[in-house]
Amino acid sequence: MKSYLIAGASALLLVATAITAPAQVKPTDPQIAHIAYSAGVIDIETAKLALSKSTNDQVKEFAQSMVDDHQAVNEQALALVEKLGVTPEDNATSQALVTAADAKRAELGKLDGSAFDTAYVANEVAYHKQVNEALEALLIPSAQDAELKALLETGLKLFQGHQQHAEHVAAELK
Amino acid sequence: MNAPHLNRRHLLISGGAALIIRETPARAHNGAVHVTIEDLVFLPAEIEVRTGETIEWVNKDRMAHTATVKGGWEVMIPAGKTATRVAEAGDSVDYYCRFHPNMKGRITIVA
Ligand SMILES: [Cu+2]
Repeated sequence: MKSYLIAGASALLLVATAITAPAQVKPTDPQIAHIAYSAGVIDIETAKLALSKSTNDQVKEFAQSMVDDHQAVNEQALALVEKLGVTPEDNATSQALVTAADAKRAELGKLDGSAFDTAYVANEVAYHKQVNEALEALLIPSAQDAELKALLETGLKLFQGHQQHAEHVAAELK
Repeated sequence: MNAPHLNRRHLLISGGAALIIRETPARAHNGAVHVTIEDLVFLPAEIEVRTGETIEWVNKDRMAHTATVKGGWEVMIPAGKTATRVAEAGDSVDYYCRFHPNMKGRITIVA
């Protein structure tokens, strides 16, 4: 289990580096759309794992709200890229996010009961924080299209809200 | 009491209602106070109501929100729906959305 934890931690570090490395070239709008969409899909997948594993009402309610909210925003994002004629473009940042999330889900999948709840919610705090930093430092400033920028700004408010919700649930679990 | 007088005043006001309501969404003309939720914001964030008046939250977002008072009541506001609460004497409170605690509002009960 220790190696899983380490793998999870280093994957997270990798993503943090991939997203916030100052030397990185500014992502294009098609890449930004892909990153933001992927970030939502990842959180939905992890929430579905939580819904299948947790028996804690607060954790399940939190997870359900992650599924509902991120689905809603991703539908808006899809409608927008279609309207703009933009095709989301896979890129190193999206791939790093997915790789880290897969490792994290494998790690969480081995836990049960309150150990799972605690680890899931702690990861939700860390994950939303990381995406918020990427949105603020890189994705929003890089976005060229005004509507895409506006949707990312709504996404930032949503992710910040989720981070605080996760922090509240984490405090309740202690 | 002086309900007819009140009604007449409301009628007079409603002559220019379209504009007035847009500028001051805190008060409506049927005893209800409306709070619009759009893009994860309560608008207006601060409202003044009288005891017995209805507070109506109009959720224009595609996600569910709540109006939650810490250690107190909670109103669920589903996506695209409205939800109400009849203001009580003790309702001078700060509230927030439990799903997105960065959404904050305040109710003040006025005489
Ligand atoms: Cu909310």
